Order: sequence, then C-alpha cells, then structure tokens
Amino acid sequence: MKIAVALREAHDAETALAAELLRVGERHKADHDVFHLTRTLTSWSERHVHRLAAVAGRYGIELDADTVDDEEDRGLLARLREKGSELAGRRPEAGLLLLRDLRELHLAAARASLAWTVLGQGAQAVSDSELLATVTACHPETIRTMKWTVHKVKEASLQVLAG
Amino acid sequence: MSDRIADPWGSRTPYARGTEWPVRVDMHLEGGLSADAVDAWVPTASILHSNGDALDIAVKDGRMVGVRGRADSRVNHGRLGPKDLFGWQANGSPDRLTRPLVRRNGTLEESDWETAMEAMAERSRELLADQGPSAFGIYTTGQLFLEEYYTLGVIGRAGLRTNHIDGNTRLCTATAAAALKETFACDGQPGSYTDVDHCDVLFLVGHNVAETQVTLWARMLDRIEGPHRPKLIVVDPRPTVPAQHADVHLAVRNGTNLALLNALLHELIAHDHVEHAFVDAHTVGYDELVERVQDCTPEWAAEICGVPAEQIREAAAILGAHERILSTCLQGVYQSHQATASAVQINNVNLLRGALGKPGGGILQMNGQPTAQNTRECGANGDFPAFRNWANDAHVAELAELWNVEPDSIPHYGPPTHAMQIFRYAEQGSIRFLWISATNPAVSLPELHRIRSILAKENVFVVVQDLFLTETAELADIVLPAATWGEKEGTFTNTDRTVHHSDKAVDPPGEARSDLDIMLDYARRMNFRDKDGAPLIKWHDPESAFVAWQACSAGRPCDYTGLSYEKLRAGGETQWPCNERFPDGRERLYTEQDFYADAGYCEEYGRDLLTGTPVEADEYRALNPDGKAIIKAAEYLPPAEPPDDRFPLRLNTGRTVYHFHTRTKTARAPQLRDAAPDVWAELSAEDAQAQGVSEGDVVEVVAARGRLRARARITAIRPGVVFVPFHYGYWDLDALHDRHDRAANELTITEWDPASKQPLFKTAACRIERVGDADGQAAPAPTTTASRPLATVPPTVGGPAAETTEELPS
Repeated sequence: MKIAVALREAHDAETALAAELLRVGERHKADHDVFHLTRTLTSWSERHVHRLAAVAGRYGIELDADTVDDEEDRGLLARLREKGSELAGRRPEAGLLLLRDLRELHLAAARASLAWTVLGQGAQAVSDSELLATVTACHPETIRTMKWTVHKVKEASLQVLAG
Repeated sequence: MSDRIADPWGSRTPYARGTEWPVRVDMHLEGGLSADAVDAWVPTASILHSNGDALDIAVKDGRMVGVRGRADSRVNHGRLGPKDLFGWQANGSPDRLTRPLVRRNGTLEESDWETAMEAMAERSRELLADQGPSAFGIYTTGQLFLEEYYTLGVIGRAGLRTNHIDGNTRLCTATAAAALKETFACDGQPGSYTDVDHCDVLFLVGHNVAETQVTLWARMLDRIEGPHRPKLIVVDPRPTVPAQHADVHLAVRNGTNLALLNALLHELIAHDHVEHAFVDAHTVGYDELVERVQDCTPEWAAEICGVPAEQIREAAAILGAHERILSTCLQGVYQSHQATASAVQINNVNLLRGALGKPGGGILQMNGQPTAQNTRECGANGDFPAFRNWANDAHVAELAELWNVEPDSIPHYGPPTHAMQIFRYAEQGSIRFLWISATNPAVSLPELHRIRSILAKENVFVVVQDLFLTETAELADIVLPAATWGEKEGTFTNTDRTVHHSDKAVDPPGEARSDLDIMLDYARRMNFRDKDGAPLIKWHDPESAFVAWQACSAGRPCDYTGLSYEKLRAGGETQWPCNERFPDGRERLYTEQDFYADAGYCEEYGRDLLTGTPVEADEYRALNPDGKAIIKAAEYLPPAEPPDDRFPLRLNTGRTVYHFHTRTKTARAPQLRDAAPDVWAELSAEDAQAQGVSEGDVVEVVAARGRLRARARITAIRPGVVFVPFHYGYWDLDALHDRHDRAANELTITEWDPASKQPLFKTAACRIERVGDADGQAAPAPTTTASRPLATVPPTVGGPAAETTEELPS
C-alpha cells in the first residue's frame, strides 16, 4: 500500500529532525535556551519515531523504533563537540552560525510537518483510526517545534544583524 | 517587650473567620529612646520584602532612629518583621558610597558627578553612532520607586530605543506575571491579603511565607490559632514553619511541582470536584486539561515527587471539599523546573473550584521584592508600560502618542529581551553598554564565574548605581552613589496592589543622589527629544513623574488616575485600580469575572508553556474569542540536570527570614547580621550520616560548575536535597572562605523557564564532601526557622538590641 511510503517519509523526516535538533543543541551549548529546548524537542521527535515504528508492521514494513546514531551522538564525540561549542559560543560569530542552524532546523521541522499532513490524509482515506490517532497525537508537537524555530529566528536575527 | 530575632512573628492575636484581624503596633527605637523623644514620624512602607507593610520612620536630629508599624494599614495592621524593625540601620552605615567613582587605569577612583555623568553620556553617544540602540542593555531592580521605573522605561524605549530592558525581577517575580498572563491574558494580582480573613483552605506551594512575608504569616497563624481554623496544605521539600502547622505537608523532590499539581487536578476531575457552571461560563480550555491530566494519578505522581499517594489524595480531598481556597506560590515554584507551567496549574485549581474574586477564594501569585510590581507595571521588566501588549500595534500607537514620538521609534518587533539574554548578548559582544541599578548580579545570577567574566569584559562599559561598593560595582567602569528609601520621595506597590507613598525622612549621605535624579540628568545630557523637538522626558521630580505615569495608566488594568500624592499622603495606602469606577481602589479583581482578556485589550496572547513561543494574535482570537479565563495544561518533563552517580543530590537555594537578597543592607544591621552571619548547607540526617557529617562540620557542596564551602546544618529536610541560602557573597569574607567559594550561585545552572525566562535556582545536581571538623561550632544558621537543627545548639536570639514593643489594643 502507498500508506507505507507516507509512513516511511514521516519516519525519515522525524528521525532527521531529531538528529538535527541534537546537533544544533550541541553546537550552541553557550546559548542555553537553544541547548535546553532542543533536548526537550528531541525527546518529542524520538517519541514520534517510536510511535510510527509501532504502527508500521500493519503496512508490511519495518521501521526503527530509535533515532539513528543515537548511541554515537550521546557519546564522547558529542561531549567534545559540546565543550568546543561552549568555548566558541562566547565569540560574536556564533550569532550568525546560530541563525544558519536555526534555518536548517526549521526546514527539517517543516519537512516533518508536511509528512504528517500527508500521512493524516492517508489515514483518513483508508479509515485507519489507529494511524489517525498517532498523527493527531504527534503532528501538533512537530508544529510546535516548527513554530519555535521561527520564533528563535525572529529573536536572534534582530541582534545578530544589528549588533 | 519581645525579642524579634528570637521570635520573628511576635505574639499571637487569634481571630475568627470573617472578622477583622486585630491591630498590634510594633516599634523598635535605637538604644533606650522613647517615642516621645522622636522629632518626626515619616510614613513609608517596607523595602526589604514584598509584603508592603506600612510603617513610619522615626527621625531625631536629622537621623533615622527607628521604625513603628502603622495601625491604620490594611496590609500589616501595625505589625513589622525583623528586616523592617532593624534593616533601616543600613542607611547610616559608614561605608555608604558618597561620591561617584570612575575607573582609570584599571582602578576605580573617586570623582565628581560632572565627570562621571559626562563619561556615561559620552560613551552612550559613541555607541549610538557606532552601533545603534542594540548596543544598550538596561538591568534594573525590584527596589526602586515607581517614578524611577517609568522614567527609566521611557529613556530606554523612546530615548535610547533599545529593546533590551529588564529587571532583577526576572529572578523573582517574572513567573508570577507570566502565570497571570497565561491564565488571565494580563498581569494583575487577582486576590487580596484580606482573603486570609475569610478562607477555609490555605494552599501554599513553594511559598515559605513565614520567612518571606513575615506579617502575612502572622495573619495566617492568627487564623490558624483562632476559631474556624482553616485547613493548611504546604508543598515544600523543607520543614518550614508553615509546614510544621500544616494538615498536609507534601515534601516533594525539588523540580517536580508540575507532576504533583497535575495529580491534584486529576483528582479534582476524577471525583468531579469541579464547579462546572463556573468553568463553562467563564473559562476556555477545560477539555484539554481533562485529557492532559487523565493519566496523572496520585500513584504516578508519588513515584516522581517522592511523596505518598495517600497524601496527594488527602490534599486533593481538602481542595475538593471547599470553595474558599486561598492559593499562593512563590520561589519554590517560580525558580524551579517548569516554573510557569506549574504556577498556571495553581491558577487552574482555583478556576476548577470557582475560587476566584470572592472573599477567601482567591489567588496570590506572590512577588519577591518590595517594588517588583512597579517594575512590571511601568515597563522596566521586559513588559510594555501599563500592561500594554508589545505585539498589539494599537497599544504601541497609544504609547507613541503619549510620548509624542513615532510608533516605529519604539522597538516592538519582538518580545523585550530578558535579563539572561541581555547578559548573553554582552558575552557575545553585541551589547556594549550595561546600565545596572540597585541590583547585584555578580552574586545573584546563576553560574557566577560566567557573570563575573562578562562584567569584567573590556568591551562592555558597565555603569552601576547603588548604595554600596557591591561585588558588581567593583567590576564597573562607573559607580554612581544612590540615595535610597527614606532619603528620597516616591511611591511603590505591594503584592496585593496596595500603593504606598514614601516620604523623604533624612538627607542622603555625602553627594549621593536619588536614582530619579541620576536618570533625569542622563536624559538631559543625552538630549533625548520627542518628534516636535521638545525634551522627551517632560517631568522633573517625583510628583511630576507620578502624574506622567498616571496618564500612561489611564484606562488600563493598573489604573492610577484616581490617586494623587495628596490622597496617598493624607488617606494613606490605596489598591489599584483606582479610578472613577473604583474611587477607593478595588479589593479583588475579577469579582464579576470581568477579565482583561479581550484580544484588543489584553497584555499578552500567551506562550507555549513548554517552548516559550509566543501565541499569535489570530490564534489567540480563535482560542479565546470572548475574553474568558484560560485553562492551560502542560505535560511534566524531568529536569535538565537530574542527580546521577557523580552528583547524587538535588541543590535547592533560597532565603532566610533575617536577610534580603545579597545582604547589602541586612548584613549592615547588627541584629540581622548576627542572626545568620555566614552561609550554611542544610542536609538530612540520612544524607549526613552517609557522608559521616555532623552538625557544624565543614563541607564542600560541589556541582558541575563550581563548589562552595560551608558548615553543615542537619535538619528534617527531605533526604536527597541540599539547601544553601543565596544571600552570601564576598564583600565581608571571613576566615572560612577563599575567594569565590561562598555564594550559592557558584553552583547553579544557566537555564531558565521557557515561558517566563526566570532562571532556575532550585534544580541543579550536587554532592557533599566533608572537609573539616566542627571544632565545637554549630552551623551559623538560625534555629528559629526552616533551618531548625535536629541537634541541640545555642538558640538564635537577639537579646536587648532586638527588643521591640508590641502594643495591643486594650
């Protein structure tokens, strides 16, 4: 069924979003707001991936319940990146870098949001209430992540461009 | 006579529900002086906490010689707490700043006003030309007067045109404002202190009222010891004095408030203890709350919070059985994990019970500082003046008309920058001018090594106005000596909207000037103009500034138009709003569910409680078309820095009754200084035993960011939690300490609540290391309060120097 295609896209998009959130958080450890919030939002995307994996079997596909590279990202390398970003983050260029990363983050969140929209339409087309419940539970959180990225871009760009 | 160090709350005057709280007039005069010998009694109110106790300063031969509570005050009915009884002595301290200081070749040197102010103005002009408004950060306080905040706000927003204005109120009361804006779409304290007189339940969440608002606790205690005793529910990890009197004491792990509150809401809903008629008619969002807390059973919360499920049920049953519930909260919520989300759930408890705008049924989202309410109202706290909405162009246009400037010249393209972000921009070098008034961030902000490095940066020009050479002033480029309470005139407003006029009692020392005079001088030198070329600041003294503020407040929730200096002087205090509809002020807001929540009128559209993203105007209109109260739900998340093997304990920082903030005043009053002379670390018997620690042993408290050294106090605090008071800095170091191992904020984490942006001082992970013997000494912690020891140690007393007369009606 073509629903499997939409499922896989949502899964890929949320997995990529989780990875991107973690990466941006690590790169901007000295921007404490970004560091802490991206961790919260990562946990949402991880939950979404888990839920997608749980329904995938019924459409004949197997999806990983964990976000990829999770183990590696939480390891020594990640901690080194955080330390480096903490030091580099005290310098002015960090502002421009943050803007660029937030833009990438927004694009990843928008991709995931659109994937949920498609999947939600599919769930209604085939009258799969369980799948629809998953979409209804997860999609609003992805939208909140996306809105947060826009808010942070608005906030950061003012000072980065004027300062 | 009573020793008000040994007994901070004084003698009891029990009273019954619905009756008047009896008067008891407290007075302390220096060494043997009698009231008859006093030359003048000058009316004012407390400046060392947020309660707003009305008092008179006793003056003799041009000096302050004591204080006396005002019997006619609705707030304190004559009573005073220890900080008021003794704290005024700091005004006369020999180490007050008396001349401006200017940094030359790395050293602060005495200078004169002309040189210092011109240097400040010159650097400002250079930066305006070189970078523009974004180079300026203004960081003020909750301890100046209304007239000063309003002036500073206009200078900042329409003079310098910067969006970077905030107060240390960000550390103390930002979440109170945020929670009210989430629930009612507007700031403004719903309740009144008189709700204590009528309530059947007192629900205190993270609010150690006995130490933070002494006379409010005296009022509660007089109810508790009188007929129709109200039920008392206390949420606090420490064995506070209120917890000792509680029917239910929920000693939760710090950082888990939201889990507990969600379980209480779950219980109210599960047992249908919901006033459906009220909820249906006056709120939106109930269904979402029902869904959100559906699985938040007492058992679920018990696991997270570390309290028995049965206790949670018991507390919920009390809340469910009464309507006259007075709910209050303070730093245990505001400075803890998920601050705004938790404070909002307390509002939700009262909304579900219909306990709002009724005698005894109300909410007090408390303030921490005496004039924090004015910082919020006047636009010096990251909000727009008079609760105007920065995201509403019509509100910005009103301000532009009032100030006679173009709307575009008032920055409103995003939420005003909060304190922690201001310091972040200074760290990154885009803020290059920091103007700090009446606050001490080098001791009070989290992660101090970082704050010190920012203040010391060469490319950040730091101006500090203060009474003393604080740890922050030592790092400044210019230090301006300020006159304080009792040495200048102005008004300020307490937690329950009571406005007081404070008169000048004595002259300031040396060349010290009022903060208002400093601001007006700066504005003149900067030559700020309106769009017609007239001076932007059109007032010249406190009273003309007050009149300007009244015009700004007209028609807004905090309407001051019915007040005047004359009225406040003659009739004393009045609650706002005070206008044609409420000529004598309004005791309680929302008595007719008349919320300020209409989209065109409200102060804020709200935020996502977990991400902090502002809600857009259209979304808000769709959510709340009829301007009702908003029930907002939120999911519990674990704290960012949970305990682990290296740091197995939870750090909790806070206050003691004898000190205020970084002790710049209270450590200069001998009775207060000696009652709690040095930092200590509280831990449970269980945790102490595990580390081989006894009362008075020297320990180090270690977190990922630093360590501090203190004597250990073993108390009945819940196991797993270490408490350290945050008052102690470095200007009066003793033998125990080296540089930078005494302030609690060496340990705290740089993290803030997403919605209120309030830093979290109560959730870091830490460990204890024993480093020295007690040598027969107890910890320098009071025995009278939450730090009461398990071991027998010499009690905290004040002796003859702390003697206070209590005059009861005959």
